[in-house]
Amino acid sequence: MRRSTRKLIDRSFSGLGVMSIVLMAAALLVILAPIFVRGLGAIFFRGTVEFRRMQLEQFERGSRAAVEEETAAAAAARAPVYRMLAEFEEELSAMAAEERRQYAGQLREVRELVTELLGPAPGTPAPVLPRDQYGQTRWDRARFKLDLLLQRTEYDYSDAARMGREVRVDRARDFAGTRLEPLFDYLRAHAREMLRPRLTAYLRFLTDAPLDSHFFGGIWPAILGTLYLTLGAMLFALPMGVISAVYLVEYAGQGRLISLLRTCVSTLAGVPSIVFALFGLAFFIHSLHVTPGKSIIAGSMTLAALILPTIIRASEEAIRAVPETYKEAALSLGAGKWRAVITVILPASLPGILTGTVISMGRAAGETAPIIFTAAVSVGKAVELFQARFWEALAQPTPALPWNIYNLATEHEAVDEIRHVQFGMVFVLVLLVLLLNAAAIALRARVARRLRG
Amino acid sequence: MVVTTPTFDLVVPERRADVRDDAPLEHPRIVAREFSVFYGRTEAVVKVTMNFPHGLVTAVIGPSGCGKSTLLRAINRMNDLIPGCRTGGELIFDGQDIYKPNVDVAALRQRIGMVFQKPNPFPKSVFDNVAYGPRILGIQERGSLRDIVERSLSRAALWEEVKDRLGDNALGLSGGQQQRLCIARALAVDPDVLLMDEPTSALDPRSTARIEDLIGELRGQYTIVIVTHNMQQAARVSDFTAFLYEGLLIEFDVTGKLFTNPGQKQTEDYITGRFG
Repeated sequence: MRRSTRKLIDRSFSGLGVMSIVLMAAALLVILAPIFVRGLGAIFFRGTVEFRRMQLEQFERGSRAAVEEETAAAAAARAPVYRMLAEFEEELSAMAAEERRQYAGQLREVRELVTELLGPAPGTPAPVLPRDQYGQTRWDRARFKLDLLLQRTEYDYSDAARMGREVRVDRARDFAGTRLEPLFDYLRAHAREMLRPRLTAYLRFLTDAPLDSHFFGGIWPAILGTLYLTLGAMLFALPMGVISAVYLVEYAGQGRLISLLRTCVSTLAGVPSIVFALFGLAFFIHSLHVTPGKSIIAGSMTLAALILPTIIRASEEAIRAVPETYKEAALSLGAGKWRAVITVILPASLPGILTGTVISMGRAAGETAPIIFTAAVSVGKAVELFQARFWEALAQPTPALPWNIYNLATEHEAVDEIRHVQFGMVFVLVLLVLLLNAAAIALRARVARRLRG
Repeated sequence: MVVTTPTFDLVVPERRADVRDDAPLEHPRIVAREFSVFYGRTEAVVKVTMNFPHGLVTAVIGPSGCGKSTLLRAINRMNDLIPGCRTGGELIFDGQDIYKPNVDVAALRQRIGMVFQKPNPFPKSVFDNVAYGPRILGIQERGSLRDIVERSLSRAALWEEVKDRLGDNALGLSGGQQQRLCIARALAVDPDVLLMDEPTSALDPRSTARIEDLIGELRGQYTIVIVTHNMQQAARVSDFTAFLYEGLLIEFDVTGKLFTNPGQKQTEDYITGRFG
């Protein structure tokens, strides 16, 4: 090969390498940036007067006087809305029956939307659920509701050959000529006065318990649950994994049974997590009766079973990478094999073991399937671990971020209303995994530095 | 590399006055009787019969693959680590065959220390390296550990260089210092025998000279067996020399005699550089 050709190939190869790294970074940015931006939206947003009222009434936060003053100002701005509605009702009762029927349905829709936007009308009895007691607490949601209120969606089927076309119709047109017609212009013009949006930093989103199935409040129980499950899984999997790895490397021979065992470990690492989930349910809960039902313990064990193969593999590699001379030195000084493992081989392989731990910790924190049947509930109190009955605390089920994200995204009765909570959870989960990883990497660097001298 | 037949100029020192020709017979420390080592079906050491004299330095020389390291590692049963390795004949230390099944290998290794080809200190502090052996013996008390560490490092001629940095990681020492640390570590459990497997082959000439001086100082206190590739070194440091070739013991004699007046043709060929 000519020198110039070789050079060209070398250069294009490093070019490809740089390109793929840039591509990875870009992909990461594309994934992470929206998560961060939208996740932060759960904490930093423009809160309306309804948000402040809710915080005062449900969490006893904020100054009562200020909120009452603000509520009064908002009520003054809202008064014309209710007045116009009442006037229209009067007008309606004077109409002919057929006309009345035509308007009644549309009026009901408008009333519902106004209630959703501004909360229950003054004078009506307070609803039971907190979600119905307040109007829109977030300005972005309020604007969306306002849109629905100002325009309705219709489908145009005039062209029979094609699918219906979406058409937005001003509701003002529906009520043209009636006394309700000015309502829509008024709403458009005075939405800010009625809801008074203000930039809010709801940092307690992280430490509050959820209220009325995540409509209000924060995600603390889920964060705590994720931490418990992750650390619990490490607690079970790390010692077992390291001991198995030591056995496989230092004690096990080369027999067929052992090589079968090794293959099994490798295969287990690739088994889908839902299989582990069912295994956990069947084995830990139904067969061993670790706890009567879902619990932190059972979930931790199931997650541990899931990450065990990864930890065994990584630890095996790390232990194999320890120079044979360390072991020889220890043995030549009269150390037993077990002693050599504890005092020399494990300390020297600790950085490698920690790397495997980091990877599996991230996995354990983010896994959803294994905890569905064994640990997770969608709504629950924060588990207080450090109480008098430690075991009972561990025997409780717990909310956990991955499961709650899934739950909010698919099964929740009002998915669209609380998207921001879901994004907040995703954001916190990603942050949590990053933090766990950073901590483990720092630890690993410390250990490695101590070993290098 | 082109190898021309070298004109080998071996400097053999004066025979030490205190060494008698019959030392191996009168004061044997380790006795090999028809001792063989097998790796699977290959016989690496073939029916070697020889005595290692008490308190003196015995060198084992021979070309690569002649079984000299295997023989050395058999003496403290480090060969046990190699799968498929077994032995035949007898290897007697203190009147007992060390390959008998009831032998406590860990205790044996405490009495027969070893220094390896490449310096292999643990990635721990200098202190912890030397204290490793005593701690296995159950010595926990800080004061006595300190005494042992100081005594061992002094014997290995390293104390002056490291006394202010006992807490530093041993891997920060130079290669020669590391090897002396390994010797100190081996001495810390107070062994009777010190096995050295080409202890200077990874070191520069200055460090090599220091180690050789050290061997001279340790002579008399410990029975030393040293495997070396370097015939000059064998001639400089040892009292007796064994020449191994293809697993067979070709010749065993007082060092001065073996190098100046070898009894076997093969020995002569080897030490004059005709092969090996």
